[in-house]
Amino acid sequence: MSVTAVKQPNWFSRLAHPGQFLSWSRYFVWPLAILTAIGFAVGLWFAFFASPEDYQMGDMVRVMYIHVPNAWLSMLVYGTMAVSALGSLVWRHPLADVANKAAAPLGAVFTAITLFTGALWGRPTWGTFWEWDGRMTSELVLLLIYLGIIALWRSFDDQSKAGRIVAIVTLVGAINIPVIHYSVEWWNTLHQGATVFTASGPRLPGSMLVALLTMLLAFTLFFALLQIVRMRTEILRRRAETMSRQAALKGVAA
Amino acid sequence: MSAFSALIARELKLAFRAGGEALVLVLFFVMVGVIVPFAIGPDRPMLTRLSPGIVWIAAFLSTLLGLDRLFRADDEDGSLTLLRHSALPLEAIVFGKLIAHWLVTAVPLLLATPVLALLLSMSFEQWGRCALALLIGTPALTAFGAIGAAVTVGLRRGGLVAPVLILPLAIPVMIFGVGMMDPMTGGGATLFLLALSLVVTAFSPFAAALALRAAGE
Repeated sequence: MSVTAVKQPNWFSRLAHPGQFLSWSRYFVWPLAILTAIGFAVGLWFAFFASPEDYQMGDMVRVMYIHVPNAWLSMLVYGTMAVSALGSLVWRHPLADVANKAAAPLGAVFTAITLFTGALWGRPTWGTFWEWDGRMTSELVLLLIYLGIIALWRSFDDQSKAGRIVAIVTLVGAINIPVIHYSVEWWNTLHQGATVFTASGPRLPGSMLVALLTMLLAFTLFFALLQIVRMRTEILRRRAETMSRQAALKGVAA
Repeated sequence: MSAFSALIARELKLAFRAGGEALVLVLFFVMVGVIVPFAIGPDRPMLTRLSPGIVWIAAFLSTLLGLDRLFRADDEDGSLTLLRHSALPLEAIVFGKLIAHWLVTAVPLLLATPVLALLLSMSFEQWGRCALALLIGTPALTAFGAIGAAVTVGLRRGGLVAPVLILPLAIPVMIFGVGMMDPMTGGGATLFLLALSLVVTAFSPFAAALALRAAGE
């Protein structure tokens, strides 16, 4: 039979085929949602009730349990996008385009939450919402890069063409982000001595560490959940678009 | 004449004949310098202190404004398709266009810096450092801009997206460019800016060519 002569794709490319993805990822949505909910419940309980106040900052230290996981995600999401950009450029994988498109707004939101909670935290502890500190400035630039990528996605009519081009920008950004980070740090030490972030981080007591790690896990699961749901939505949206085009074509023919 | 130099000659000819915008960009560069004193007041010591930043903002804005003409006209009239099928690799073509674009948009800015230096009451020494910083830094700006222009070439409404994409990426150029004008940190910043310019100029033709190929598919 000629059908068997066709080379079977390996498990990886079968897993990543958009249609296959839709069928297997269905089984991940609810378990992930439940795990995320449990993670948040446990993490928030630790964060609010089972961890001590800071001896200097008091209850304000609890902002950390939101702030740090979001900062971690702001970088993890860009890493995800960079990997998917490689997928679009090297293997021309349609699912990699979808992953990049799904992740960009998530990354922007996580970065914005990091900046927002950082400002809320900074006001009572350092006396200012915003300081041109190296890390904060890099995070702000990262937000601008995310927004630029979203703007680029939105400016294409043909989303299948946009994928590879956005992938190039994503990779250029990925190479450039360390340069931006170090140049900002160089610039900051130029203008003013290190002021706020000098301490190498407080020694966390065990209960705080447990709360922080649980929240980190919960937020990461949350990202995985949102990413899968957004990817599924995007694939379905593309299908709907194709179907409406076919329907329009039929309408013209008939 | 080799294909590479012919390409550069073509670009220069196009820029200086009818429809060229090179001089308009210089005018814009000087105008940004002119309107700043209206915004912050004609206080000469303050202008002197702010002049490095003002010159770099003006250079950034005029570079971004000129981005659109790098590939768009060639894409619209079809010559980009012809260039893609020429004997030269697309990377070399992008590099040639980059050189020509730098000659047309950045060198006039350098020539216009004395005017800005006068208006912003810079000292002679400050002006020298400023011109040197622009000389070293503008290739990096043009190279970043080439990526932005290549990425948005297929877009009908791409004019605004390219600057928004490129500005955050080009922040290090601004940092080291302004840092170079500070006598205390000038040496280190000069080296960083040189390194950045070289790396970005070497890297950008490949990224831009990749984007042009993807857009042309």
